[in-house]
Order: sequence, then C-alpha cells, then structure tokens
Amino acid sequence: MTRVFVPRDSAALSVGADEVAIAIAAEAKKRGLKIDLVRTGSRGLLWLEPLIEVETPKGRIAYGPVQPEDVTSLFDANFLSGARHALSHGHPDDIPYLKRQERVTFARIGVIDPVSIADFTAHGGYEGLRKALEMKPLEIVTAITESGLRGRGGAGFPAGIKWKTVHDAEADQKYICCNADEGDSGTFADRMLMEGDPLTLVEGMTIAAIATGATQGYIYVRSEYPHAIATLKRAIANAVEANYLGNDIRGSGKSFWLTVRTGAGAYICGEETAMLESLEGKRGMVRPKPPIPALQGLFGKPTVINNVLTFGAAPQVLARGAQYYKDFGMGRSRGTQAFQLAGNIRHGGLVEKAFGITLRELIYDFGGGTQSGRPVRAVQVGGPLGSYLPEAQFDLPMDYETFAANAAMVGHGGIVVFDDTVDMAKQARFAMEFCAIESCGKCTPCRIGAIRGIEVIDRIIAGIERDKNLLLLDDLCQTMVDGSLCAMGGLTPMPVQSAVKHFPGDFDRPAKLEAAE
Amino acid sequence: MLTRPEPPPEAERARAICAAHGDRPDALIEILHELQHELGFVPEAALPAIAHALNLSRAEVHGVVSFYHDFRRSPPGRHIVQICRAESCQSMHSDALCNHATASLKTGFGETSADGEVTLQAVYCLGNCALSPAMMVDGRLYGRVDPKRFDQIMTNTRKGAQE
Repeated sequence: MTRVFVPRDSAALSVGADEVAIAIAAEAKKRGLKIDLVRTGSRGLLWLEPLIEVETPKGRIAYGPVQPEDVTSLFDANFLSGARHALSHGHPDDIPYLKRQERVTFARIGVIDPVSIADFTAHGGYEGLRKALEMKPLEIVTAITESGLRGRGGAGFPAGIKWKTVHDAEADQKYICCNADEGDSGTFADRMLMEGDPLTLVEGMTIAAIATGATQGYIYVRSEYPHAIATLKRAIANAVEANYLGNDIRGSGKSFWLTVRTGAGAYICGEETAMLESLEGKRGMVRPKPPIPALQGLFGKPTVINNVLTFGAAPQVLARGAQYYKDFGMGRSRGTQAFQLAGNIRHGGLVEKAFGITLRELIYDFGGGTQSGRPVRAVQVGGPLGSYLPEAQFDLPMDYETFAANAAMVGHGGIVVFDDTVDMAKQARFAMEFCAIESCGKCTPCRIGAIRGIEVIDRIIAGIERDKNLLLLDDLCQTMVDGSLCAMGGLTPMPVQSAVKHFPGDFDRPAKLEAAE
Repeated sequence: MLTRPEPPPEAERARAICAAHGDRPDALIEILHELQHELGFVPEAALPAIAHALNLSRAEVHGVVSFYHDFRRSPPGRHIVQICRAESCQSMHSDALCNHATASLKTGFGETSADGEVTLQAVYCLGNCALSPAMMVDGRLYGRVDPKRFDQIMTNTRKGAQE
C-alpha cells in the first residue's frame, strides 16, 4: 500500500493541509486505490506548504504547495508512483534549502508519524536515553557540559552547569520544567518540534531527569499552540504505554512522570521565574533572583528549566557523543541552532545550521530575499526584545558573543525581515507598547518605563524637541536596562536603541506645528 | 424557617471541575481554561466557589483571572477572531489587515460586534511567522491572510456555523 505523507504542522494547516488530506483520501477512494495516509510534522520549507510526499521504491518524492484543486491532476499524473508533475520537487532531501542544512535536533521532523513510538525508535529515537540509562547521573551531566550545549531559549546559559547544580542539590523532590512558552514573534521552532517530533523533547527531558534525580516534569506550552498541546499529550500517553515514561522506565528502576500545562496568553511567562509562578497556578509575576531556580524553583524545589530545543538537543549529545555535537559551531557557541526565517521573506521556514552562518546567508541564500520583492531594510533578530539590524551588519556570524559585542542578540534564533517600507520609529514605539502590554508590573522601570517610553517616542515622531527627547529616551532606556528585574524591561531598550542608532533618519521628523502647542 | 439560596449553576460547574483536578491550587489556570471552554467566559459567580474549593482567597483567584489575557469576564460573540499584531505580521502589513477587519466586522479590537456575531482580539504571535500575516478564527489558524482572504475566511466561518 502506497504511503502518502501530509503534514499536520500548524503552519501547513494554516494554508489548507487538512483540506488536501481529505481531498487525497476522497480521490483515492473514488479511483479504488488503497493508500496509507500518514500525517507528519513539517520539513520546515514553509513557503512550499502544504508539501506532501509519496513513498516510492526510489525514495520519497515531494509535491507542493498542493491545494485541494491540484489533487485530481496529481492522481492523473500518477504521483503515487512518484511521477513528474508541475508541483514536483523530487526527493525532499535534495531540495537545496534542506540539503544545505545540518539537521541534528530536527532530523526526524516531517519524516515520521510524530506520536508513533515505533516510527520514533526506527529512526534512532530513544538511543540517547538507552545510553543514559547505562551511565551514572554525573556522567550524563558531564557529557552535556562537554558538548558545549547552551540554553536555546535565548540567554545561552550553559546547560551542563544548570544540570550539575540540580544534580548536586539535596532535596526530597526535584523537577524538570520545559519552557515552551514560545512567545517571540518570528519564532516557531519549538512549536514545530512539539508538533512534528515531540518524543525528542520527551526523551531529552527524561535524560535530564535521570541525570539530576528528578521524578516529575512539566511542559509549559502557550495556549496559542493548541496542536502542539494535543500532540504532546498523545506522545506522552504513548510513551507511558511503552514504558518510556512512568515508574521503572524500561526496567531501569528510574521513574519520571511528565505533565503538559497550558499557559494563558501572557508573554511574560516565557521568563523562567514567571513561568514557575504560573505553573504553581499563580499570576505570572517575576521572582527576584537569587535564589536561582536550580536550587529553589518549582514549589521551592531544585528545578532544571530549559527551552524545548535545549532538551531537544540532549538525546543526540548522548547518542552520538559530546564531541559530535561540539564539532558544530564557532567560538563558545557550539552545536546547531534552529534559525527561523520569518516576516517579509520569500522562502520562510526552519533552517537548522551550525552557529557561525551569517545573517546574509540566511536571508538571501536560504530566504531568497523579501516576499514583496523590495530591498531588505532591517531585520530583527532574537524576538521582540532583540535588535534591529541594518544591511551593514548582515555579515555578522550567528554567534552569541559576536552578537553581544554588537549590541544585539541571537536569542531563540528568530529572524524577522522587513522591506524598505518599514518605519523604524513606529517599530521602536511598538517595542515600548509591547512591553507596556506584557509587563508583569512588578518592577517600576518596566511597568512605568514602557509607558513613558511610548510617550517620549510619540513626541519624537511628532518632531517635538527632538534632540532633548532623544536624550531623554536614552536615559530612560538606561534606567530600564539597569533597574529592571528581568529581561522584559531590561531588553526592551535593545530594539528601541538599535532602531535609533542604525536608522536615525526615521526619528528625524519635521515638527507638526499644531502638536507643538 | 431559613432556606439557603440555590448556588448559581456556574458555581456548580466550577466546583465539579476543581474536584476533577483534585482541588489542587496549582491547577487553577487549567481549571479556568476548562470553565471558559465550557461557558465561553469565566463568570464572576464561579470565582468564590473556585476559591473555596482550592483553599485560596477570592482576591487570589481574581488576581489570576485578571492577570492572563486569555480569560474573558463576559460572554464573547459567536465567533472569536484573533489577528496577530506582532512584528513578523507587521512586516507583512498586518496594519492594513487590522484596519480592514475593524471596518468590515464593524467592531474594534477587544470588542464584540453589536449583533453579537464576532469578538475581535489582538494577539501577539501565533507561531506562524513564515506565513504572515496570521490569524485564528475559533481556534483555527490561517496564514498569508490578506483582506481578500480575510473576507473569504469570514464568509466560510459564518456559513459553516449555519450548517
């Protein structure tokens, strides 16, 4: 029976993947053909979605973007045997966008049925856990440390140090928490892994649990991701049934239980201590640090908090060894990063590549420039708290330290492209507005500073006492950087000041006489 | 003889949902999600019952309900339209889409149309940033939404609701 793969990734669904799957099933039935329709994650070539694949003796053949009205002609052309068609792309692995990538964490995405344990293990899944169960907890921690893996949530803190702290802590209960509150605009890699290969995350968290002695884990997923939540819950249920989760995992004597928790539309809950409060059923108010969550985290107990992709990298580190992972990357940024090409971009999608690739390569070689066809004017890297960068900085290699040295951040790897119609003063104003909307309200520089920031930028836009107000904005930003409790208020100045620095012309407006009182 | 007033039905539902979660205070957000899923919003009358079941103060429950953007305090329209207003969608001119939406739905963001048909909300990222602008209608995600596609989606949504 011919296997036909249709993605059920949210992005694919958003452009009609379900309708295509229904049309394929109906057409096959009409023609009396038996097919096995498999729903997968997405390969990450999102501009080609819905991108369907057919299994042939010569390997898989991809077709896309497929709309329901294309289905009849696909059958007429005999796509079930991989025949040529106007939408054909040949073997998916040979599509340059995919071929040039280094898929480590995302190796299985789009290939397997996301919730099938059999599919997962047939493609190398649970190999990392199998190795981990043969090792002493400290050896697992050492492997993570030696791999150079750093937190993929944005801050880039070495994962091994965090795990070691929890490993060394004495407590009757420890927790593993996955921060899947992927709220940054321009990012969707966490969602894609949770929807397309959730068992990789489950495996990574299980490895962390065994390494640190934790027995309970939580995955905190934002409510905007209903498909990710449903897929994770099914994957976890299947893992429990196959004894990869629960008591006495695979006869090892180790136990680990995993629970999915849904956020409620608060960006701040992506901040780790606010997330802990939310997991405890409270308002997502930021906690002061110290104490660090590794010592006093969830319910006051030692807690490993990592991003989806940090846990997602752990299985490969264990399965293939720390050196394998460390060999990717540059400087102190080791391994691969899931870059997400977003916004006004022709070929938007997921690019997993070793650190060190330049923005230019990502935007032009992979992304193909803007969707609108107009020149690129600015890109925002690292989410709403990341810097806006002009063309002059596109040759910077993607590396935590290089970006930090240039007053920018790699963050979670999101890259939002803007064409030359963008008004950077408006973008700077939005950064303050977003901070005002999403601030938890605990500290003054963030809560009040953001509001004052909007007002100052409004005066600059109106051309009122420009120089004086730019100076005031600078002073305000410095106060937010120095005085905020967390990155929300502390990093909001980054997009604002980078916009002022790199695009000063947009802040030089003629005075509107009526506004000047 | 004194008779106790009947508890409001919302309170009964809230109590049942709390019990299903073992009356655990850390499950409060899950409980509120379930209640809103059933009733369309989180009614004021349910809050004292939740507070009592979870052994929290009413202020604590109110604090949580009012903190999170997801929780509605009043019934929404028949359809919930959420348009992303974050940076990635801005780069693909979501401003124009938003203007079109408010004009064609005859309602502002955070409001429900006078006929009770549609509640329009702003969201900040739906994770569909490679296919901006994005929006969600009644929990269904759409990508590459321009004003024309917006009208089609809304027509289909209304038609689907009638069938």
